[in-house]
Amino acid sequence: MKTMAELEAIRKQTLERINLRKEDKADEVRIVVGMATCGIAAGARPVMMAFMTEASRRHLSNVTVSQTGCIGMCRYEPMADVFVPGQKKITYVNLDEAKARRIVTDHIVNGHPVAELMIGADEDKTVSKEEDKQ
Amino acid sequence: MNFYRSHVLVCGGTGCSSSSSAKIKDRFHVQLKEKALDKEVSVVTTGCFGLCEAGPVVIVYPEGTFYSHVKVEDVDEIVAEHLLKGRIVRHLVYHEKGEQPEVGKSLNDIDFYKHQTRLALRNCGVIDPENIDEYIAFDGYMALGKALHEMHPAEVTQVIKDSGLRGRGGGGFPTGLKWELCAKNPGEKKYVVCNADEGDPGAFMDRSVLEGDPHAVLEAMALCGYAVGSDEGYIYVRAEYPIAVKRLEIAIKQAREYGLLGKNILGTDFSFDLHIRLGAGAFVCGEETALMASIEGNRGEPTPKPPYPAAQGLYGKPTNINNVETFANIPQILLKGADWFKSMGTKRSPGTKVFALGGKINNTGLVEVAMGTPLRRVIYDVGGGIPKGKKFKAVQTGGPSGGCIPAELLDVPIEYDSLVEIGSMMGSGGMIVLDEDNCMVDIARFFLDFTVDESCGKCTPCRVGTRRMLEILNRIVSGHGKEDDIEKLEQLACSIKDTALCGLGQTAPNPVLSTLQYFRHEYEAHIHDKKCPAHQCKELLHLEITDKCRGCTACARVCPAGAITGEARGMHHIDIDKCIMCDSCIEKCRFDAIIKV
Repeated sequence: MKTMAELEAIRKQTLERINLRKEDKADEVRIVVGMATCGIAAGARPVMMAFMTEASRRHLSNVTVSQTGCIGMCRYEPMADVFVPGQKKITYVNLDEAKARRIVTDHIVNGHPVAELMIGADEDKTVSKEEDKQ
Repeated sequence: MNFYRSHVLVCGGTGCSSSSSAKIKDRFHVQLKEKALDKEVSVVTTGCFGLCEAGPVVIVYPEGTFYSHVKVEDVDEIVAEHLLKGRIVRHLVYHEKGEQPEVGKSLNDIDFYKHQTRLALRNCGVIDPENIDEYIAFDGYMALGKALHEMHPAEVTQVIKDSGLRGRGGGGFPTGLKWELCAKNPGEKKYVVCNADEGDPGAFMDRSVLEGDPHAVLEAMALCGYAVGSDEGYIYVRAEYPIAVKRLEIAIKQAREYGLLGKNILGTDFSFDLHIRLGAGAFVCGEETALMASIEGNRGEPTPKPPYPAAQGLYGKPTNINNVETFANIPQILLKGADWFKSMGTKRSPGTKVFALGGKINNTGLVEVAMGTPLRRVIYDVGGGIPKGKKFKAVQTGGPSGGCIPAELLDVPIEYDSLVEIGSMMGSGGMIVLDEDNCMVDIARFFLDFTVDESCGKCTPCRVGTRRMLEILNRIVSGHGKEDDIEKLEQLACSIKDTALCGLGQTAPNPVLSTLQYFRHEYEAHIHDKKCPAHQCKELLHLEITDKCRGCTACARVCPAGAITGEARGMHHIDIDKCIMCDSCIEKCRFDAIIKV
């Protein structure tokens, strides 16, 4: 190694890998995937892997992916909660790998939560349809 | 590069290693592979977390879940529940005494860590000490880069001088001044030496820094080399620290591969390289002149000062020698500035100090607190108080060179000068807590026994004087103390202090002097009344059976010496002449009828 730039490059790259050990997590975005038996059976593991690979591919070092148990809405599995600092928790339902990648791009990178994948999206639609009828 | 969603940190310090943390790590690898989680979860060995009492310790990130007393069998459950299903294994989570295990509690909320300021230990238990990249990730080698590219050597020394950092090995000499003296001494060849010959009974701070964050010491030594104009350094470390030695060797190799040690570091014309020298474990080799003699291959014996090492040290060349913990503070001071460092601690002693907490204390382990913290906070808030509801009697600081601080002085702030004022010293950081069951004469005898053993024998006051003191103490604890023994001890102590050649001898009487200062009545009780107030000195005690005795005959049956007689259902009696004080009868008695008097 001959320059400070090389040192800085190693620092950044490694920090991305071990950032989740830092105690100060003010800017942390947390993706929590439901991984109880129901979630796993519905395919939560590939969904979680998709979240992880997408976050890693985009060098999002402030994103942590973790798991949680069953929250009781097994029919919506695979589900995931996304916590962005300063914003309300958003719950996404009936996920697959492509949807997971889209959530990372649209919601976390570009800051536009994906309305049609959220829980309640179905109800909202029915409500709006009924409103249309009226 | 792999992106892991979870990191399992397993403590690989000496404490946890001796309670099979290596096997725990292997088991994690096996289990993760079996459950096909090895691409998602990484297992990392780190240095000491500090809470050795709760070892072996495992931390799972990102949750920061703190598992304590983990057994190899528990690994399967952690993997199956926590890592596979995301359910924290509640019954393995660390909890403070009397509290329910709390799942969401992060490390910094635990009482043990809450009152600490971790500077020298900042990376211990956070990074993998065998991976230079992780050290770099937490700003490692940035200070060296900054110094080499932006600062003049004199500026580096000035920052350390301004910070007010004092030697953490015990003496408390201003580090910046030491560097300046060495830098000013002319000479083509100079040396930087790291004193890692930690020898106080009960002290393990330096070992933990070397095991948990070896690169911090390497970086600081290179910085020191730049500041004083040296291109070669030695780390003198005890051979009894195999994990520390191994990690140092790995660290030096990695730093050389990255060009952070060796020729033309970071593209500049500054070159610096390091060697490790293993010490065979002589306490006197922690004394700097003896240490350098040992590096040169001679007998580890001290020489008179002056000449000081800064003028004529290793191989007769100007040498700067600092302790491990002192070095561990340097890179951060350089990065964050002298004012940042001075904002912690007290005016006379800025920064923090690491202590190895041991003895009669609930949270045995490694703690780092800001200077000026009262002893009471370290013992009660961080250390969790005295086990089994016993009464606190004293705390021994400074090892064989230090003294005992009694309960009434517990609110004294911890700093170099205030501890010396009350007859103890900072020392390298051993802190042994004593409760009502510890006999202070016996404690003084223990430490003196240690120095007599470790005296190199070069000067008469230390070789002969300490032995005479030990003989007097042995006499006192065995019940043969004479009326003028205390005066004799004091007289001997003062002449040894004044005339011994090196620090070992000069400070050897301290444990006796400080216990005499605060616990003179215990000495008097031993000598005049032939009694040990703490009921520890066997030859001054005998057992007695009180009227609580129901005559169950259990004691008589267990007594190996046949000293107990008595009828069934009648009061029993102990023959003091036959009794060997093995305490078996006390353990056996269900009615607490047998007491020591």
